[in-house]
Amino acid sequence: MLFEQVLFFVAAAGAIAGALGVVMIQNPFYSVLALVGHLVALALLFLLLRAEFLAAAQLVVYAGAVMVLYVFVVAYIGGADEPLSPEGGAIARLGPLFALALLLELTIAVGGSELAALESAPGTAAPGFGSPAQIGALLLSKFLIPFEAASFLLLVAAVGAVVLARRRRGLEEAGAEGATQVAREVREPAEPATVAGASGEAR
Amino acid sequence: MSPVWFVALSAVIFCIGVGGVLMRRNPLVVLLCLELMLNGGNLALISFARMHGTGDGQIFALIVMVVAACEVVVGLGLIVAMYRRRLAIDVDSMSELRG
Repeated sequence: MLFEQVLFFVAAAGAIAGALGVVMIQNPFYSVLALVGHLVALALLFLLLRAEFLAAAQLVVYAGAVMVLYVFVVAYIGGADEPLSPEGGAIARLGPLFALALLLELTIAVGGSELAALESAPGTAAPGFGSPAQIGALLLSKFLIPFEAASFLLLVAAVGAVVLARRRRGLEEAGAEGATQVAREVREPAEPATVAGASGEAR
Repeated sequence: MSPVWFVALSAVIFCIGVGGVLMRRNPLVVLLCLELMLNGGNLALISFARMHGTGDGQIFALIVMVVAACEVVVGLGLIVAMYRRRLAIDVDSMSELRG
Protein backbone atom coordinates (compact mmCIF):
# COMPACT_ATOMS: atom_id res chain seq x y z
CA MET A 1 0.00 0.00 0.00
CA LEU A 2 2.76 2.37 0.92
CA PHE A 3 4.71 1.39 -2.15
CA GLU A 4 1.66 2.11 -4.23
CA GLN A 5 1.31 5.60 -2.76
CA VAL A 6 4.97 6.40 -3.28
CA LEU A 7 4.71 5.22 -6.87
CA PHE A 8 1.60 7.35 -7.38
CA PHE A 9 3.24 10.52 -6.13
CA VAL A 10 6.41 9.92 -8.14
CA ALA A 11 4.40 9.30 -11.31
CA ALA A 12 2.09 12.24 -10.62
CA ALA A 13 5.06 14.56 -10.13
CA GLY A 14 6.53 13.27 -13.38
CA ALA A 15 3.28 13.77 -15.23
CA ILE A 16 2.79 17.32 -13.97
CA ALA A 17 6.43 18.20 -14.65
CA GLY A 18 6.12 16.86 -18.19
CA ALA A 19 2.91 18.77 -18.76
CA LEU A 20 4.43 22.00 -17.48
CA GLY A 21 7.46 21.35 -19.65
CA VAL A 22 5.26 21.05 -22.74
CA VAL A 23 3.71 24.43 -22.01
CA MET A 24 6.75 26.31 -20.74
CA ILE A 25 9.63 25.17 -22.95
CA GLN A 26 10.06 27.43 -25.92
CA ASN A 27 11.72 25.05 -28.35
CA PRO A 28 9.01 22.75 -29.80
CA PHE A 29 11.46 19.86 -30.05
CA TYR A 30 12.01 19.83 -26.30
CA SER A 31 8.28 20.24 -25.82
CA VAL A 32 7.77 16.99 -27.70
CA LEU A 33 10.39 15.29 -25.53
CA ALA A 34 8.66 16.61 -22.40
CA LEU A 35 5.40 15.16 -23.66
CA VAL A 36 7.11 11.78 -24.09
CA GLY A 37 8.14 11.91 -20.43
CA HIS A 38 4.61 12.89 -19.47
CA LEU A 39 3.19 9.94 -21.40
CA VAL A 40 5.55 7.49 -19.75
CA ALA A 41 4.54 8.78 -16.32
CA LEU A 42 0.90 8.43 -17.31
CA ALA A 43 1.50 4.85 -18.40
CA LEU A 44 2.84 4.18 -14.91
CA LEU A 45 -0.37 5.65 -13.45
CA PHE A 46 -2.43 3.44 -15.76
CA LEU A 47 -0.55 0.45 -14.40
CA LEU A 48 -1.42 1.54 -10.88
CA LEU A 49 -5.06 1.59 -11.97
CA ARG A 50 -4.63 -1.94 -13.33
CA ALA A 51 -5.12 -0.94 -16.93
CA GLU A 52 -2.29 -3.04 -18.24
CA PHE A 53 -3.30 -3.16 -21.87
CA LEU A 54 -3.86 0.59 -21.98
CA ALA A 55 -0.49 1.25 -20.38
CA ALA A 56 1.18 -0.84 -23.06
CA ALA A 57 -0.85 0.85 -25.79
CA GLN A 58 0.04 4.24 -24.37
CA LEU A 59 3.73 3.43 -24.51
CA VAL A 60 3.72 1.76 -27.92
CA VAL A 61 1.21 3.87 -29.81
CA TYR A 62 1.48 7.25 -28.13
CA ALA A 63 5.01 7.55 -26.85
CA GLY A 64 6.25 5.49 -29.77
CA ALA A 65 4.41 6.14 -33.00
CA VAL A 66 2.61 9.44 -32.49
CA MET A 67 5.58 11.16 -30.91
CA VAL A 68 7.86 9.98 -33.70
CA LEU A 69 5.43 11.66 -36.11
CA TYR A 70 5.71 14.86 -34.08
CA VAL A 71 9.49 14.71 -34.05
CA PHE A 72 9.53 14.23 -37.83
CA VAL A 73 7.32 17.26 -38.39
CA VAL A 74 9.31 19.41 -35.97
CA ALA A 75 12.49 18.42 -37.76
CA TYR A 76 10.86 19.10 -41.12
CA ILE A 77 9.49 22.56 -40.48
CA GLY A 78 12.29 23.51 -38.11
CA GLY A 79 11.40 24.27 -34.56
CA ALA A 80 11.67 28.00 -34.30
CA ASP A 81 11.79 29.40 -30.82
CA GLU A 82 8.98 31.73 -30.04
CA PRO A 83 8.67 34.27 -27.28
CA LEU A 84 6.60 32.73 -24.57
CA SER A 85 4.77 35.84 -23.50
CA PRO A 86 3.31 37.56 -26.54
CA GLU A 87 2.89 41.29 -26.49
CA GLY A 88 -0.68 41.55 -27.64
CA GLY A 89 -3.68 39.30 -27.57
CA ALA A 90 -6.18 39.37 -24.77
CA ILE A 91 -6.65 35.60 -25.06
CA ALA A 92 -2.98 34.90 -24.44
CA ARG A 93 -2.91 37.20 -21.44
CA LEU A 94 -6.13 35.89 -19.95
CA GLY A 95 -5.27 32.26 -20.75
CA PRO A 96 -3.50 31.44 -17.48
CA LEU A 97 -6.25 33.13 -15.50
CA PHE A 98 -8.86 31.09 -17.31
CA ALA A 99 -6.93 27.88 -16.72
CA LEU A 100 -6.59 28.70 -13.01
CA ALA A 101 -10.30 29.45 -12.74
CA LEU A 102 -11.09 26.15 -14.43
CA LEU A 103 -8.75 24.31 -12.09
CA LEU A 104 -10.42 25.94 -9.08
CA GLU A 105 -13.84 24.97 -10.35
CA LEU A 106 -12.80 21.38 -11.03
CA THR A 107 -11.18 21.13 -7.61
CA ILE A 108 -14.37 22.31 -5.97
CA ALA A 109 -16.38 19.86 -8.05
CA VAL A 110 -14.11 16.90 -7.20
CA GLY A 111 -13.81 17.88 -3.55
CA GLY A 112 -17.54 18.32 -3.21
CA SER A 113 -18.26 14.91 -4.65
CA GLU A 114 -18.45 11.74 -2.62
CA LEU A 115 -15.34 10.36 -4.28
CA ALA A 116 -13.16 11.00 -1.25
CA ALA A 117 -15.34 8.71 0.81
CA LEU A 118 -14.06 5.81 -1.27
CA GLU A 119 -10.82 5.44 0.61
CA SER A 120 -9.50 2.67 -1.55
CA ALA A 121 -10.57 1.23 -4.83
CA PRO A 122 -12.99 -1.60 -4.17
CA GLY A 123 -11.71 -5.07 -4.47
CA THR A 124 -14.27 -5.87 -7.09
CA ALA A 125 -11.74 -6.00 -9.89
CA ALA A 126 -11.88 -9.40 -11.50
CA PRO A 127 -8.59 -11.28 -11.92
CA GLY A 128 -8.45 -10.50 -15.62
CA PHE A 129 -9.33 -6.81 -15.18
CA GLY A 130 -7.67 -4.64 -17.77
CA SER A 131 -5.99 -7.52 -19.52
CA PRO A 132 -5.83 -7.69 -23.32
CA ALA A 133 -8.28 -10.60 -23.22
CA GLN A 134 -10.93 -8.59 -21.42
CA ILE A 135 -10.42 -5.51 -23.59
CA GLY A 136 -10.57 -7.59 -26.74
CA ALA A 137 -13.69 -9.42 -25.64
CA LEU A 138 -15.42 -6.15 -24.79
CA LEU A 139 -14.36 -4.55 -28.07
CA LEU A 140 -15.72 -7.42 -30.11
CA SER A 141 -18.96 -7.90 -28.20
CA LYS A 142 -20.37 -4.94 -26.32
CA PHE A 143 -18.49 -2.16 -28.08
CA LEU A 144 -18.40 -3.52 -31.61
CA ILE A 145 -19.93 -0.42 -33.19
CA PRO A 146 -17.51 2.07 -31.55
CA PHE A 147 -14.68 -0.25 -32.59
CA GLU A 148 -15.79 -0.20 -36.22
CA ALA A 149 -16.37 3.55 -36.07
CA ALA A 150 -12.84 4.01 -34.74
CA SER A 151 -11.39 1.97 -37.58
CA PHE A 152 -13.37 3.99 -40.09
CA LEU A 153 -12.21 7.21 -38.44
CA LEU A 154 -8.60 6.09 -38.74
CA LEU A 155 -9.11 5.39 -42.43
CA VAL A 156 -10.67 8.82 -42.98
CA ALA A 157 -7.82 10.49 -41.09
CA ALA A 158 -5.20 8.66 -43.13
CA VAL A 159 -6.82 9.66 -46.42
CA GLY A 160 -7.25 13.22 -45.18
CA ALA A 161 -3.62 13.49 -44.18
CA VAL A 162 -2.50 12.26 -47.60
CA VAL A 163 -4.78 14.79 -49.32
CA LEU A 164 -3.63 17.62 -47.07
CA ALA A 165 0.10 17.02 -47.14
CA ARG A 166 0.75 15.66 -50.60
CA ARG A 167 3.16 17.50 -52.83
CA ARG A 168 1.38 19.11 -55.73
CA ARG A 169 2.84 20.71 -58.80
CA GLY A 170 2.14 24.42 -58.93
CA LEU A 171 0.80 24.40 -55.43
CA GLU A 172 -0.28 28.01 -55.13
CA GLU A 173 -2.17 28.11 -58.42
CA ALA A 174 -3.81 24.76 -57.85
CA GLY A 175 -4.72 25.71 -54.31
CA ALA A 176 -6.22 29.02 -55.38
CA GLU A 177 -8.15 27.30 -58.17
CA GLY A 178 -9.37 24.65 -55.82
CA ALA A 179 -10.50 27.24 -53.32
CA THR A 180 -12.44 29.17 -55.93
CA GLN A 181 -13.96 25.99 -57.27
CA VAL A 182 -15.07 24.93 -53.84
CA ALA A 183 -16.46 28.39 -53.18
CA ARG A 184 -18.33 28.30 -56.50
CA GLU A 185 -19.75 24.91 -55.74
CA VAL A 186 -20.87 26.11 -52.35
CA ARG A 187 -22.49 29.20 -53.78
CA GLU A 188 -24.18 27.45 -56.69
CA PRO A 189 -25.57 24.21 -55.45
CA ALA A 190 -27.68 23.89 -58.58
CA GLU A 191 -24.55 23.25 -60.62
CA PRO A 192 -24.59 19.74 -62.10
CA ALA A 193 -22.61 17.21 -60.17
CA THR A 194 -20.69 16.13 -63.25
CA VAL A 195 -18.93 19.48 -63.41
CA ALA A 196 -17.81 19.14 -59.84
CA GLY A 197 -16.54 15.64 -60.52
CA ALA A 198 -14.70 16.79 -63.63
CA SER A 199 -13.08 19.67 -61.78
CA GLY A 200 -12.11 17.31 -59.00
CA GLU A 201 -10.44 15.05 -61.54
CA ALA A 202 -8.69 17.97 -63.17
CA ARG A 203 -7.09 18.86 -59.89
CA MET B 1 -5.32 4.89 -3.25
CA SER B 2 -8.57 6.75 -3.39
CA PRO B 3 -9.72 7.54 -6.93
CA VAL B 4 -10.09 11.17 -5.91
CA TRP B 5 -6.31 11.53 -6.19
CA PHE B 6 -6.32 10.32 -9.75
CA VAL B 7 -9.27 12.52 -10.70
CA ALA B 8 -7.62 15.56 -9.12
CA LEU B 9 -4.41 14.82 -11.04
CA SER B 10 -6.36 14.51 -14.27
CA ALA B 11 -7.98 17.89 -13.56
CA VAL B 12 -4.55 19.45 -13.06
CA ILE B 13 -3.23 17.97 -16.32
CA PHE B 14 -6.33 19.11 -18.19
CA CYS B 15 -5.98 22.66 -16.89
CA ILE B 16 -2.29 22.80 -17.81
CA GLY B 17 -3.34 21.76 -21.31
CA VAL B 18 -6.02 24.45 -21.44
CA GLY B 19 -3.50 27.09 -20.39
CA GLY B 20 -1.07 25.91 -23.04
CA VAL B 21 -3.68 25.98 -25.80
CA LEU B 22 -4.58 29.53 -24.86
CA MET B 23 -1.05 30.81 -24.38
CA ARG B 24 1.09 29.24 -27.06
CA ARG B 25 1.07 30.41 -30.65
CA ASN B 26 2.98 27.67 -32.41
CA PRO B 27 0.34 25.26 -33.78
CA LEU B 28 2.63 22.31 -33.08
CA VAL B 29 2.69 23.16 -29.40
CA VAL B 30 -1.05 23.81 -29.45
CA LEU B 31 -1.50 20.25 -30.74
CA LEU B 32 0.78 18.97 -27.98
CA CYS B 33 -1.35 20.77 -25.40
CA LEU B 34 -4.48 19.22 -26.90
CA GLU B 35 -2.80 15.87 -26.31
CA LEU B 36 -2.33 16.89 -22.69
CA MET B 37 -6.03 17.63 -22.36
CA LEU B 38 -7.01 14.32 -23.94
CA ASN B 39 -4.63 12.49 -21.62
CA GLY B 40 -6.15 14.16 -18.60
CA GLY B 41 -9.55 12.95 -19.75
CA ASN B 42 -8.14 9.47 -20.30
CA LEU B 43 -6.77 9.32 -16.78
CA ALA B 44 -10.16 10.26 -15.33
CA LEU B 45 -11.88 7.63 -17.48
CA ILE B 46 -9.49 4.90 -16.40
CA SER B 47 -9.71 5.80 -12.73
CA PHE B 48 -13.50 5.64 -12.93
CA ALA B 49 -13.23 2.29 -14.68
CA ARG B 50 -11.08 1.06 -11.78
CA MET B 51 -13.60 2.44 -9.32
CA HIS B 52 -16.48 0.58 -10.93
CA GLY B 53 -14.50 -2.55 -11.59
CA THR B 54 -15.69 -2.84 -15.19
CA GLY B 55 -13.73 -2.47 -18.37
CA ASP B 56 -16.09 -0.03 -20.07
CA GLY B 57 -14.12 3.06 -19.12
CA GLN B 58 -10.97 1.52 -20.51
CA ILE B 59 -12.68 0.99 -23.86
CA PHE B 60 -13.63 4.67 -23.77
CA ALA B 61 -10.02 5.59 -23.13
CA LEU B 62 -8.91 3.39 -26.02
CA ILE B 63 -11.35 5.16 -28.36
CA VAL B 64 -10.07 8.52 -27.08
CA MET B 65 -6.56 7.40 -28.02
CA VAL B 66 -7.76 6.59 -31.54
CA VAL B 67 -9.41 10.00 -31.86
CA ALA B 68 -6.23 11.65 -30.58
CA ALA B 69 -4.16 9.82 -33.19
CA CYS B 70 -6.54 10.98 -35.94
CA GLU B 71 -6.40 14.54 -34.67
CA VAL B 72 -2.61 14.46 -34.65
CA VAL B 73 -2.44 13.12 -38.19
CA VAL B 74 -4.80 15.73 -39.62
CA GLY B 75 -3.31 18.57 -37.57
CA LEU B 76 0.24 17.74 -38.60
CA GLY B 77 -0.93 17.46 -42.21
CA LEU B 78 -2.36 20.96 -41.94
CA ILE B 79 0.87 22.29 -40.45
CA VAL B 80 2.93 20.69 -43.22
CA ALA B 81 0.57 22.19 -45.81
CA MET B 82 0.97 25.61 -44.17
CA TYR B 83 4.74 25.21 -44.28
CA ARG B 84 4.67 24.23 -47.94
CA ARG B 85 2.70 27.35 -48.79
CA ARG B 86 5.24 29.41 -46.86
CA LEU B 87 2.67 30.71 -44.46
CA ALA B 88 3.75 31.80 -41.03
CA ILE B 89 3.57 28.95 -38.52
CA ASP B 90 1.55 31.01 -36.07
CA VAL B 91 -2.02 30.49 -34.98
CA ASP B 92 -2.65 34.21 -34.62
CA SER B 93 -2.01 34.81 -38.31
CA MET B 94 -4.17 31.84 -39.31
CA SER B 95 -7.42 33.47 -38.38
CA GLU B 96 -9.15 32.26 -41.52
CA LEU B 97 -8.56 28.77 -42.84
CA ARG B 98 -10.40 28.53 -46.12
CA GLY B 99 -8.33 26.05 -48.04
